[in-house]
Amino acid sequence: MTWGSPAEFFAMGGYGFYVWGSLGACVAAMALEPILIRKRQKDILRSLRREHIAEELDKQ
Amino acid sequence: MNNRLINWFKFASPQSFYPLAGKMIPWFWALAAVFGVVGLWISFFAAPTDAQQGEGYRIIFLHVPASWMSMFIYLVMAAWAGLGLTLNTRLSGMMAQALAPTGALMAFLSLWTGALWGKPMWGAWWVWDARLTSELILFFLYIGFIALQAAIDDPRRADKAGAILALVGVVNIPIIYFSVKWWNTLHQGASVSLTRSPSMAQTMLWGMLVMALCFWMYSIAVALMRVRAIILERETHTEWVKELDEVKR
Repeated sequence: MTWGSPAEFFAMGGYGFYVWGSLGACVAAMALEPILIRKRQKDILRSLRREHIAEELDKQ
Repeated sequence: MNNRLINWFKFASPQSFYPLAGKMIPWFWALAAVFGVVGLWISFFAAPTDAQQGEGYRIIFLHVPASWMSMFIYLVMAAWAGLGLTLNTRLSGMMAQALAPTGALMAFLSLWTGALWGKPMWGAWWVWDARLTSELILFFLYIGFIALQAAIDDPRRADKAGAILALVGVVNIPIIYFSVKWWNTLHQGASVSLTRSPSMAQTMLWGMLVMALCFWMYSIAVALMRVRAIILERETHTEWVKELDEVKR
């Protein structure tokens, strides 16, 4: 193991800002993208459901 | 006619691809998570300190997979676009459209992590070097593709215009890949090559490959999620969409 203590791990040998800045951006982007797509899917499904209900009401 | 051939064409229709994609998505997420955990463990705990760059080199485990994906997604996107242009299949354009934002994201992450790596190692966030500039052009190609498609109301025409842009832009991919050979660049040479043995420690190589697999699985999962939304948006007024359980519920 390369790390003696948690502090050493977070310091990344003085490169902490650059290493964590890279990992942070990747994690944030890869968490946000699926959330946005899920919202897009929910939105289109909601409007499809609304149309379905409207059609059902029309038939009655 | 061959049965297998018919089956493939069956899945090329949005109607049968929609539920298939839905079934595949959780598997790709599970694989992405497994590769992600193993890859990050190798990257941050198992891989030794680099002799030249200390711990700063660990950015490679994010930078290289993101860069590979940005180029590979473009090739796949252009292939779907070309298929749509020649065979006029409905699903192709939707696939290309679903891949573009993820590709743009990967290109962005490649540039972002590259800047954070360049600053401590070269002393500059950005240089107008052949590798960096051609990757920036790739990012703009993705943005251009998305903007062009968004600007055209008729989806079929948008697909065609986008396909031409995507196919012309393919020229940029070998330029990115070979830029470090063709020009004298600040950027280091290829990390992994098919013709010679890798110049880095085994553990580092494994970390990079496992992280690349994680990015692959992530990209597939996300593209499948997006293509499902696009299918519903474009096929809104078809009978099969109206008959879906999630719509009738």
